[in-house]
Amino acid sequence: MLEGTVFRFGDNVDTDLIIPARYLNTSDPAELARHCMEDADPAFAAQVKPGDLIVAGTNFGCGSSREHAPVAIKAAGVACVVAKSFARIFYRNAFNIGLPILECPEAEAIAPGSRVRVDLETGTITVVDTGQQYRARPVPPFMREIIAAGGLIPYVKARLAEGR
Amino acid sequence: MGRVPQTITEKILAAHAGKEFVEPGELINAKVDVLLANDITAPLAVGEFERLGVPVFDPAAVVLVPDHFTPNKDIKSAQQAKVVREFARRHNLPNYFEVGRMGIEHCLLPEQGLVGPGDVIIGADSHTCTYGALGAFATGVGSTDLAAAMALGETWFKVPESLKFVYTGKLGPWVGGKDLILYTIGDISVEGALYCAMEFTGPVIENLPLDGRFTMCNMAVEAGAKNGIIAPDAKTEAYMRVRARRPYRFFASDPDAKYKKVYEYDVTGWEPCVAFPHSPDNVRPVSAAKGVAIDQVVIGSCTNGRLDDLRLAARVLNGKKVHRDVRLIIIPGTQAVYRRALEDGLIETFIDAGAAVSTPTCGPCLGGHMGVLAAGERAVATTNRNFVGRMGHPESEVYLANPAVAAASAVVGRIAHPEEVV
Repeated sequence: MLEGTVFRFGDNVDTDLIIPARYLNTSDPAELARHCMEDADPAFAAQVKPGDLIVAGTNFGCGSSREHAPVAIKAAGVACVVAKSFARIFYRNAFNIGLPILECPEAEAIAPGSRVRVDLETGTITVVDTGQQYRARPVPPFMREIIAAGGLIPYVKARLAEGR
Repeated sequence: MGRVPQTITEKILAAHAGKEFVEPGELINAKVDVLLANDITAPLAVGEFERLGVPVFDPAAVVLVPDHFTPNKDIKSAQQAKVVREFARRHNLPNYFEVGRMGIEHCLLPEQGLVGPGDVIIGADSHTCTYGALGAFATGVGSTDLAAAMALGETWFKVPESLKFVYTGKLGPWVGGKDLILYTIGDISVEGALYCAMEFTGPVIENLPLDGRFTMCNMAVEAGAKNGIIAPDAKTEAYMRVRARRPYRFFASDPDAKYKKVYEYDVTGWEPCVAFPHSPDNVRPVSAAKGVAIDQVVIGSCTNGRLDDLRLAARVLNGKKVHRDVRLIIIPGTQAVYRRALEDGLIETFIDAGAAVSTPTCGPCLGGHMGVLAAGERAVATTNRNFVGRMGHPESEVYLANPAVAAASAVVGRIAHPEEVV
């Protein structure tokens, strides 16, 4: 069970907003985290606390394939991203590096600054103060296998060990 | 079991998954013919790959192109490029392309015959979808996906639903592939093709030269698509015949294939268009953009850095001068394009007009180097994205257009129709 404070963003949050290309001359997670969401909310990196959540609208993570985007979010301490929908490369990248993300049709109803609990198993999002619950789409079984293995690389390692 | 009607995307994926047919939504493991990464995405992929402690499944299938921050703009980016270079040496990768022998990856790979019809290609770069113009399934992935595929020679996909776009009518002067795709994105929005295949068809596409087709498929990702694709034809055959390094295979959609949606456009009377800040779907005809004063123009990128694009720009710039308040930066997509542009006198035209001409690099497109914008500055660019801060300061603005509009705007000093200049 995850619990944290909600940072809200709108639709079509692109990878240049998540981590501007001017900082891509490194792949060090801690350095990327310092500039996370900088062009959308310059105060974000300083304010976000470990366990907090990003909640956004449609097409979160659109634009480039840079894995630095989910890496920056994870290294900034964000425990989970909840959005109405995700851009497909970001979706794959997030799972591959072990950043949980949930597709929730009602994401926009979740108020900024509220404390929420997220149950990844059931996809239930609960607002702590009001008890209001939102349902996210369950993670596809195939993706759960990768998560269970601890990410894509350990998953591939296991497959290679099986001689496949 | 009877024949299952299939789209071109489904047929290519089925052939690479060892299946008779696939259906949208199905999760498959598919063999990968070509894997690509650049100086930004390869270092992360290298780090992940080395954790596996295995050899690359096929060294010739891995293509590494340091093109984003090269020739290196600072020490950090030089360190990143060094990681890529040393990885290529360690694993004896024949398809590593060094500065001076390289190009912008999505201009370079087709030109070098490294990708072809019927291939499955993944690249750690979102514009990998460019190669759909050859009738391949090509899509962008992250660095970790790429690392895993470098070991396995395969990757998993969810088979996308297909959207069919049919273009009929007659293209006007100064209207090309860039305008077709910008209008389409403007119509369906930046999430209009989310997770889907965009299949471009119709007589207008059949008449469109390969360079225009690359531009269209290149920007499929700007509508959220997994891939863009165009059925290969005689033009494709002519392009491949002199380049292919491996056998290739033509696939075509069945007439009764299933589509999530079909869009039909009559392009007759369309004028060149411009995508306003800060989204590629904020598209207006150029006549509605006239008068926007600009500081910089960039002609190049994986979207519009090919020979046809430079020829178009030269037609507009011939005998003209760049406006005194404008910096015009022209970047040929590959060394071969640069060379040919030199032989054909295009570079002379550009320099005489007062343009800066650079060695191939993605540089300014992503605000990396070679044309970063200051606060409050505006640029017209033939690139693919105009997000906040894309070309530099978060308070700068990028207007996306075709090379003729970009060149005309450089001369006039504000967004202009090519007819105002030629």
